[in-house]
Amino acid sequence: MKSVCFYFQIHQPYRLKKYRFFDIGNDHYYYDDFANDDIITHIAERSYIPMAHTLLQMIEQSNGEFRCAISITGTAVEQLQQYVPEFIELLKKLAKTGCVEFLSETYSHSLAALTEPYEFIRQVRAHDKLIHELFGQEPKIFRNTELIYDDEIASIISAMGFKGALTEGAKHILGWKSPDFMYCAASAPKLKLLLKNDKLSDAISRNFSNSEWDEYPLTADKYMEWIAALPEDHQIINIFLSMETFGEFQPGESGIFEFMKALPHFAAEKGISFITPSDAVLKLKPVDSLSVPYPMSWADEARDVSAWKGNNLQKEALAKLYSVTERVNLCSDRRLKQDWEYLQSSDHFFYMSTKNLADGTVHASFSPYESPYSAFTNYMNVLADFLVRVEEQYPIDIENEELNSLILTIRNQAQEIETLNKEVKQLRNNILEADDDENEPRHSKTKKVKDTRNYKKKTTIR
Amino acid sequence: MKALMFGWEFPPHILGGLGTASYGLTRGMHNCGGMEISFVIPKPYGDEDRTFAQIIGASETPVAWRDVSREYVQSCIGKVMEPDLYFDLRSHIYADFNYMRLNDLGCIEFSGRYPDNLLEEINNYSIVAGVIARTIPCDVIHSHDWLTYPAGIHAKEVTGKPLVIHVHATDFDRSRGSVNPTVFEIEKNGMEYADHIITVSDLTRQTVIEKYGIPPDKVTTVHNAVVPLSEDLLSIPKPDNKDKVVTFLGRITMQKGPEYFVEAAAKVLKKNHNVRFVMAGSGDMMNKMIALAAKRGIADRFHFTGFLRGRQVYEMLKASDVYIMPSVSEPFGISPLEAMQMGVPSIISKQSGCAEILQNVIKTDYWDIDAMADAIHSIISYPAMYETLKQQGMEELKGITWEKAGQKVIDIYRRVTGF
Repeated sequence: MKSVCFYFQIHQPYRLKKYRFFDIGNDHYYYDDFANDDIITHIAERSYIPMAHTLLQMIEQSNGEFRCAISITGTAVEQLQQYVPEFIELLKKLAKTGCVEFLSETYSHSLAALTEPYEFIRQVRAHDKLIHELFGQEPKIFRNTELIYDDEIASIISAMGFKGALTEGAKHILGWKSPDFMYCAASAPKLKLLLKNDKLSDAISRNFSNSEWDEYPLTADKYMEWIAALPEDHQIINIFLSMETFGEFQPGESGIFEFMKALPHFAAEKGISFITPSDAVLKLKPVDSLSVPYPMSWADEARDVSAWKGNNLQKEALAKLYSVTERVNLCSDRRLKQDWEYLQSSDHFFYMSTKNLADGTVHASFSPYESPYSAFTNYMNVLADFLVRVEEQYPIDIENEELNSLILTIRNQAQEIETLNKEVKQLRNNILEADDDENEPRHSKTKKVKDTRNYKKKTTIR
Repeated sequence: MKALMFGWEFPPHILGGLGTASYGLTRGMHNCGGMEISFVIPKPYGDEDRTFAQIIGASETPVAWRDVSREYVQSCIGKVMEPDLYFDLRSHIYADFNYMRLNDLGCIEFSGRYPDNLLEEINNYSIVAGVIARTIPCDVIHSHDWLTYPAGIHAKEVTGKPLVIHVHATDFDRSRGSVNPTVFEIEKNGMEYADHIITVSDLTRQTVIEKYGIPPDKVTTVHNAVVPLSEDLLSIPKPDNKDKVVTFLGRITMQKGPEYFVEAAAKVLKKNHNVRFVMAGSGDMMNKMIALAAKRGIADRFHFTGFLRGRQVYEMLKASDVYIMPSVSEPFGISPLEAMQMGVPSIISKQSGCAEILQNVIKTDYWDIDAMADAIHSIISYPAMYETLKQQGMEELKGITWEKAGQKVIDIYRRVTGF
């Protein structure tokens, strides 16, 4: 029996405001609140909210037969909590049905997996903690930013305890193989891989309302017919989409929501079931292992990481950003850490792409900037200010290792002071108790005096 | 197909972008094949490149009969015109112009520049055009810029051949809005007489349609291009400057927005002191700019070179790290293309026509000095920015050729002549 695995991605970055170089050192707020508010509210209204209602209805009407996976980045959650909290409530409702699985990914939709394994692990944990707090689920399946995946990433996430990962069924990796089977990672055989079916995903995300497409119009009946017509042994058909597909790329008027609502009915008619990634990983055995020496993704024609690391602008910006990874992680300034997350969103680098033709049009349509050059200039100005702040925390002339040992000493001393304090307090109490026994009537006054002294002493230690 | 072109400037003796564009376009059209071009200019010097067009000088064209010997003609104007052509032209004089001030060959003197009696010179040019049009057979007439529109109209009336006029600029660009009514009249007249109008950018096309009331289907944009630079110029060594150099190169006039450059420079220098700014060129606003730089307290880092010619221009470009053109209104603007050919990252105003075709440049509004200062800072501070703009810019320029522009003009000729 064939299963369809639907997965929807939700991500919004914190877009940067216009930040001139003479703001460096003077202005430490980097975000375009108006644009961020405007964009997320608009998309939530047109896409996220109606789609969540659609999914709820599909689950309800099929008595829980319809199942799917969702992943949402930390930066998207934060913005939704601020601007569209009702959508977070809808997601909680979806989580409660038990039919929706939330996946793991990086907190800010970052590219850390490509260069900074420790930073990457930290972000994934931070993200999963947030998901657990909100939806009560511990994510077991991992999907990386833009489905970026290679052998090295596989080893890391397998070591982190993930049982499976979602990625692209890129032609240059698969060759003659079909994405409609379970695979496992060559570098970490325990990690199972679900590969995106490009053709069937594109049918919805790109072509649904394209009247020049030869299969136009696409109906739920036809779609399920295609899946049913696939060879008998194809186990799992992975349809991975950005949630914005529904209502945004394909406008609501195109009937995309009605198309979705009709799917469970036709699936049942043709004996096709829906499955979540976790269940798939449990039920299906891998047919082969896949080796991916160079990272692949679901973006652009090349399906590699050239959308974010393709030119010198992007490489320079990434190198400068990640040059301070260790230092930022050492420090405890909350605002600095927050900016650190937001500045890592892959979107900032996506805007800097200088690709031409079809890919270039896609990049430009998402970019709030006029050109890749102004994207770079703005980002670098912000980053320059950020680096100044990092340096204020820790002077640049101190080596990382020296800094580490200094911080360790400080922490140890802090612990020591705390234990000593406790001891002092205990001794005082002992004395007090002794006093009390001797002199009952003056009890309250003495205590007061001692309390203040105690307080004073604490502050001087600090 | 034979084309009779009227122009005002021709390299190497040029005063602005008009000569460069006329030359490039003519050469590009010649390279497309099947074109025979006669190019009329007021005053040739004899050192023009004549390999792709026949150059005819208005100052060597007789408008009154003089009985002169072949030897005498050869000795007087032999280096700029064949005596045979002189005699051919002489036999096509159509009226008695002896009342005018003529030389001993029966020709009118031309300065070929932009003198105070420009309107008189324009009128004389059109008188000469009558003789030339009667002598040189052609299928289409092509006039470059308003100075030559009257000549083009005259030639059209004489021959009955279609007239194409090429708008390199309008008076709205030159005057920031306060238009000279005489010039406007000449421009409008030319546009109305023309069978088709070519503009150098969509920006100019819009001006022609809106300000001169020309029907849109009569106006086509053909963007300018550049002639590939010679190895000799490309191999000029980049001097080893300690400071970064940001260059403005052009006439220092209201149209070019020089004051915005000074203001942006002041902004950059407030934060970053290892930069020098150069304003190369001359013009009626130069003294004002010197005063402004002094007032902003940046005169020690802001330099004026005066007018640069020939090789000096390329040496200046090679020494630059950023090229900037903050023009308030620029019909096209070839100079950033030249800077990019030399590998200099460029910042241009959105109000310039070349912004319509260039990708690998920074575009800002001419008044947005913050954005301009920011762009300058970015290019001089981030090596990746400099390198990417430089490499991609040079690559992009390889695809912008006069042959492509020439082909578009030939297509327009075909349309108006019905060939």
